[in-house]
Amino acid sequence: MVASNTDRRRPRARYSAFDLMRRGLTGQPWPRAWRVHDLQRAYDVVIIGAGVHGLATAYYLASRHGITNVAVLDKGYVGGGGSGRNTAIVRSNYLTPEGVRFYDRSVKLYEHLAAELNFNVMFSQRGHLTLAHNDSSLRTMRWRAEVNKLEGVQSEVIGPDEIKELVPFMDVSDQTRYPILGALYHPPGGTIRHDAVNWGYARGADAHGVHIHQNTEVLGIDVADGEVKGVKTSRGDIAAPIVVNCTAGWASLISAMAGVELPIITHPLQAAVTEPVKVFLEVVVVSGTLHVYVSQTDRGELVFGASTDPYASYSMRGSLEFTEELAGHVLELMPSIAKMRVLRQWAGLCDMTPDFSPVMGVTPVKGFLVDVGWGTYGFKAGPVSGEAMAQLVAEGKTPDIIASFDLARFAEGRLVGEKGAAAVGH
Amino acid sequence: MILIPCPWCGSRNSQEFRYVGESKARPDPGSASEEEWRTYLYTKANVAGWTTETWFHRSGCRRYLSVERHTVSNEIRSSAKPAAQRRLAGGDA
Repeated sequence: MVASNTDRRRPRARYSAFDLMRRGLTGQPWPRAWRVHDLQRAYDVVIIGAGVHGLATAYYLASRHGITNVAVLDKGYVGGGGSGRNTAIVRSNYLTPEGVRFYDRSVKLYEHLAAELNFNVMFSQRGHLTLAHNDSSLRTMRWRAEVNKLEGVQSEVIGPDEIKELVPFMDVSDQTRYPILGALYHPPGGTIRHDAVNWGYARGADAHGVHIHQNTEVLGIDVADGEVKGVKTSRGDIAAPIVVNCTAGWASLISAMAGVELPIITHPLQAAVTEPVKVFLEVVVVSGTLHVYVSQTDRGELVFGASTDPYASYSMRGSLEFTEELAGHVLELMPSIAKMRVLRQWAGLCDMTPDFSPVMGVTPVKGFLVDVGWGTYGFKAGPVSGEAMAQLVAEGKTPDIIASFDLARFAEGRLVGEKGAAAVGH
Repeated sequence: MILIPCPWCGSRNSQEFRYVGESKARPDPGSASEEEWRTYLYTKANVAGWTTETWFHRSGCRRYLSVERHTVSNEIRSSAKPAAQRRLAGGDA
């Protein structure tokens, strides 16, 4: 059964303090944030991957372009991959003008996301500090600050005294193994609740009539005469003229089903969180030399991320080497937290590209689009990617903001080198 | 922790090694087109399963080796001297 556009929409419960009180007093239950549907035999657009990229693409397709006959497929659950495993840091202090413009658009969309989705995404623009421990990183930071300013993004290089003001307990003395020489300070950067972003987009897309199919694994992609015809899933076949690959971790495997080869190597990246303590760290602190980034959540836990694991793998198991190395590096920066205990650690999969920029847009297979290669920077780019991919699907023309991230750049030698702006040396 | 059986040094912790990447045949420099070079340089199979790759024993014998590894379970099935070494030795040395 194919529902018409009007049937697909539904009035959603608006989240508000008043509604919370009303439902609290009357005991009226909340409706589900998104519905469960039967799998249709055909959709106008099939999106593979129900993470922030897939859901944002579906949401903007439906809300801005009126394309609502859309399915989002995921072999697991909403936000169960990279979108729920990242360290939830948002920033736009990149190195290339293309990169800065792109990520800045994402920050702007994040700033208004809670209001747009009627879902509290807890965006906290608390400031982002990237430490420099040697001359070459200080040089890259000056470079980044200048490119950022040219693009209208707030970024500046600050010295150890100013760092001490922002993070009073940080060891900025010259008695450490890697003394801190300065930092790139990026006030609009911060953290966000990543699950809320996924759920908010899922709820928003559902309210506009998009079908979200969890536990639906894509097993194959039908291609005939160089055109995509549909997908085979664990719940049946779907015909679709447009298929968008929005996966992370499995991007190469999904693209290979359509016969598209990608320049991607998948590495795990591990993160860890400590027990909660009172607020003492206001900004996000990143050190490339020490391979660590740390922020404190609203609940008081410290969230640590590290470099990607040193070999390609699809394994998401944690390792002791990671925790040992992480602890050593963090204590170098903040000796005072030596007694804090690690609560848990986890890993996510990062699709690393040769230039640390994503691969977005059309492929040699007509109708098969990619939004992949999200390395260690995918979550922060979720909204802008969804917006741009939706525009590409709706208008059939690659938007300028993602034009330089096309797949053809590797064959034509137009790499967009962002390694210098990666959070830590990978 | 992964234990890698180095053909020269025996079983060692993977931290002693540097991961080089999946093994693939280098195109013939005399006849390869630009397209072939770029494919060789950038495109990866990125297999989820058994794959043959090159590692370098950085903190050990400082020699290259060829390792067969499962990229989902990280299990290692076999290791060998690299193909070029075998060729130089004339046969499967």
